[in-house]
Amino acid sequence: MTDNHKEPNYMGVFYLLAVLTAVEIGVIYLPIGKLIIGFMLVSMALVKAALVAAYFMHLKFEKRTLGMIALTPLVICTFLMFMLLPDVAGTPHQSSAKTPEEPSSSLSQQ
Amino acid sequence: MAAAREPAESPLTPESWGKLGMWIFLAGDAMSFGALLAGYGAIRAGSTDWPVPSEVLGISLTAFMTFLLICSSLSMVKALSAIRHGDAKGMRNYLLLTIIGGVIFLGCQAYEWTHLIDAGLGLTTNPFGNYLFGTTFFAITGFHGAHVTAGVIYLTCIMIQGIRGKYSAADNNKVEILGLYWHFVDLVWIMVFTFVYLL
Repeated sequence: MTDNHKEPNYMGVFYLLAVLTAVEIGVIYLPIGKLIIGFMLVSMALVKAALVAAYFMHLKFEKRTLGMIALTPLVICTFLMFMLLPDVAGTPHQSSAKTPEEPSSSLSQQ
Repeated sequence: MAAAREPAESPLTPESWGKLGMWIFLAGDAMSFGALLAGYGAIRAGSTDWPVPSEVLGISLTAFMTFLLICSSLSMVKALSAIRHGDAKGMRNYLLLTIIGGVIFLGCQAYEWTHLIDAGLGLTTNPFGNYLFGTTFFAITGFHGAHVTAGVIYLTCIMIQGIRGKYSAADNNKVEILGLYWHFVDLVWIMVFTFVYLL
């Protein structure tokens, strides 16, 4: 069974991905707030991922239910990030550079 | 259409069941990567001495690697397009380009890892700050690198079948499924690049 949909403009998608990558690298050197930079980076990454899925993986031309299957991990992983938040708040760890030379102090004390 | 045709065609992917299988596998695989990245985020947010990744890792080589994977995604798409137009030779050439892209990517990663390990970064050591930085870095990029390695092997198998004349304008579903996997590896790298290197 062959697809009858028109072939998408692959070169256009490719250029868009390349430009977005360049912008992403430029953005990290901008003298603005880290939170804004982070927001911009994540948004651009999601746009790039959506472009790859929609055009290169032809998701745009598939049945909508298949798109739901593809979106499920994104939803669950976003949920997972919020589930991990209590762990972040509960255990601030400042484990600095652990070098093999220094023997664990707890052992030498015993 | 016979009324008693036994296995009904896949409801979501009329082309083949294999394509649906690949999509479901990729959804599961995406959850593995998502869990790794979520864990990375939680560990990093709870740390007080996390190094600035772009300073430790260096962006220029990784930016090139990102561009390389985007290029190899393009050549993969061109390979599928070629065989859909009946151009078996074009498909072979584009698949070869895709393989070369993947191999160069792995070479760059080996080079990057070697340099970082020489600089003292390890699974439990990190001279730049929190040692979990090294743990998460090698776990995530290593898991992705394993996917690229598998992808290169997968691409090579399909290319050899292509050289033997297995695929044509009428029969190319397995090339499409291969493409799904390869683009997924590219998609995951876009996420890894953003979360591990840039943020």
